[in-house]
Amino acid sequence: MRNPVRIFCITASCMSGLALVTAQNPPAPEAPPPQTEISVTITGEIGAPPHYAIPDFIALTSDKETAEAAKLIAEVLWSDLSFEREYDMIPRDTYKTIDVTSTTATIAFDRWRELGADGVVKGSVRRTGNTFQVEMRLFNVRARGVALGRVYDNVALRNPRAVAHTISDEIHQTQSGLRGVARTKLTFISDRDNERVVDTVETRTGKEVYVADYDGANQMRVTANRRLNVTPSWSPDSRSIAYSSYTRIHPQIIVSNVYQGTRETLTDEKSSAFFPVYSPDGNRIAFMSQRDGNPEIYVMNRDGSGVRRLTNNSAADSTPTWSPTGTQIAFTSDRSGSPQIWVMDADGLNVRRITFGESWADRATWSPAPFNQIAYSARSGPGFDIRIFDVAAGTTTTLTDGVGTNESPAFSPTGRHIAFSSSRLGKVQIFTMGRDGRNLRQVTRSGNNTFPNWSR
Amino acid sequence: MKLRSLICICVLLLIGASACRKSQPPVARPTPPTPPPTAGTTPPAPPEPMREPMPPEPLPSDDVAGRSLDDLNRDSPLRPVFFELDSSDVSDASRTTLQANAAVLKKYPSWVITIEGHCDERGTPEYNLALGERRAVSARQYLISLGVDASRLRTVSYGSEFPFDPAHQESAWSRNRRAHFVITAK
Repeated sequence: MRNPVRIFCITASCMSGLALVTAQNPPAPEAPPPQTEISVTITGEIGAPPHYAIPDFIALTSDKETAEAAKLIAEVLWSDLSFEREYDMIPRDTYKTIDVTSTTATIAFDRWRELGADGVVKGSVRRTGNTFQVEMRLFNVRARGVALGRVYDNVALRNPRAVAHTISDEIHQTQSGLRGVARTKLTFISDRDNERVVDTVETRTGKEVYVADYDGANQMRVTANRRLNVTPSWSPDSRSIAYSSYTRIHPQIIVSNVYQGTRETLTDEKSSAFFPVYSPDGNRIAFMSQRDGNPEIYVMNRDGSGVRRLTNNSAADSTPTWSPTGTQIAFTSDRSGSPQIWVMDADGLNVRRITFGESWADRATWSPAPFNQIAYSARSGPGFDIRIFDVAAGTTTTLTDGVGTNESPAFSPTGRHIAFSSSRLGKVQIFTMGRDGRNLRQVTRSGNNTFPNWSR
Repeated sequence: MKLRSLICICVLLLIGASACRKSQPPVARPTPPTPPPTAGTTPPAPPEPMREPMPPEPLPSDDVAGRSLDDLNRDSPLRPVFFELDSSDVSDASRTTLQANAAVLKKYPSWVITIEGHCDERGTPEYNLALGERRAVSARQYLISLGVDASRLRTVSYGSEFPFDPAHQESAWSRNRRAHFVITAK
C-alpha cells in the first residue's frame, strides 16, 4: 500500500536540514547552487503559521494519466497539509498564473513572496512504464532556498493520492516535528449497500464493515456477510480490524486481516461479545460480553485465549478503551443509575467515576500521548455532543455544537483530531474535526455510517 | 352432507383465524388438502362423537405444527413486548403478553426461542447494545418464572440497530423499545 520505494535527498541544503531530523539519507544525486545557512524550517510572521502554496505539479509526460495525477497530487497534498492545521494554506485558485515553468529546480521567489507565501511545494510527475516517478521540492520563499526534496519511484498509477499523503506526512514531520495523519485510515459501519439481512424473516438492512482513507477517499467494503456488524476497531499495526458480527445468533468478535483478506473468529457462539479494543501493545483485546449473564468488561489475548473478567457488578459495564500506556481502562457503567464514564486499572481494580455533570455519557475514547484526555458523547438535550475530559486538569470541554446528535468519538493516532458520527445532515454520517472542535470535514456521504475508528 | 358442512365450517374457521391474526404480508400458505368428495363410493362416515363444537382455537395446532420456522416467525404466535424509555422493567401490559407467550411455549415444548432486545434511537448506539440485552434478559426471567425451561430461551441484543419503525418520533420509539421473539428451533 505504501508507494515510495526509493526516497532520497536531492539537494545539499535539504541534506543538511534532514540530518537534524533523520540522519539516514543516501547521498544526493544532484546539487543546485548551494545556499549558505538555509533554514529548513519554514516560518511565517511571528505568532502566525507559515503560509503555504501548492501549485499543480508539472506533467513531464504528455499522457492523460500523468496530467490528471499532476493536478490531483497537488490538490490532495494541499488538503492534507490543511488538515494538520499547522500551516495557513493559500487557496489554490489564487496562483494559477505564477511560475508555470517546466522545472522543479527553482521558483519565482519574488512572485511567491508577493502573494505572501512562506513555503511553496513544487513537484513533477513522469510516467515510466506502468508507474509514475514523482519529484517534489519544498521551497523556503523567505530564505530563497530548498528546504526539502524527494523523489518517489514506482508510484502506482491507480492511486496517486497515496504519494500525496506520503509527501504531506514528510513535510509535516520535518517542518513541525509531528507525525501526520495523511496515510491513516478510518473504519466504520455502513448500510449503504441496502442488502437485506439473511437468516431472518424481518425486513432488515445489513450493516457492513468499511474502510476509507482518513479524508474519505477510497471507501471499501471489508465484510460481505449480509448481517449486522458493529463496533469495528483497528489493531495497533493498522493491519487488522476487530469487530462484532451477528453471523450466528450471538454476535462474535471477528478479526479481519484487511491486507491479507483473511479472518479469525475469537469468541464462541454461545454468548454475545461486543466492543473489541486492542491494548496499545496489541497483545490483548478488551471487550464486553454477557457470558456470565450481565454486560461486563473482559480481556483476552489477541488470539482469543486467556479470557479474564475485569468487572463484577450488577450494572451494565460496556465500551472499554485503553489508556495510552495500557495500564488503565475507561468504560461506561450505569452502576450509579445512569450511564457514566468510569476508569479502572487494567487488572480491574481501583475503579473510579470520572463524569459527574452528565445525564448520559458513553463511548469513552482515550487520546494517545501526549494528550491525557478522554473524549466521550454526552446527552445535551434531545441529542448528544462530543466532549473532552482532561484527566490531569479535571476539566471538560464541549466540541460539537448541538446540531443533530454527535456520537462515537474516536481519536486520530496523533490525538490531534477526532472522528465521530453525526446526524446533523439527516442521515448519520462520519465527520472529522480538530481536537478543539474546529475544521469539520465530512467523510461519508452514502447511506448511514456509524461507529468510526481511526487507524493507529 | 354432514361431512361437507363440517369441512365448510373448518375452512371458514381457518380463513377467519388467519384474517383475525395481525398478519404481515399475506404469504400464500398451502391450504390443507380437502378430501375429495367422492360421493357414493366411500362408506358413510362413522357417527362422530364430537357433539360439542370445539372452543375457537386462535391457532389450530396442526396448522402451527405443519408450518416452517420462517412461516411461523413471519406470523408469529409469540407477541413482542414493549418497554418504557431507558427501562428494562416488565410492565403490566408486557406481563399479560408474556403470559400468553408462555402458554404458547408450553404448548410447543420443543420450540427454542431467541429473545431479541431492541432500543429506540435516542440513546447512544454503544450503551443501547447493553440496554437491549437487559430487556431481553428481563423478558426471559419473567418467562422462566412462569415455568418455561431456561434452556429454551436465548437472549441477544440488537441495540438500536434494527428499529421496527424508522420514524424519528415518539410513536415509533415506543414500538422500537421492545423484546422480539424468534423461534429458532421446533
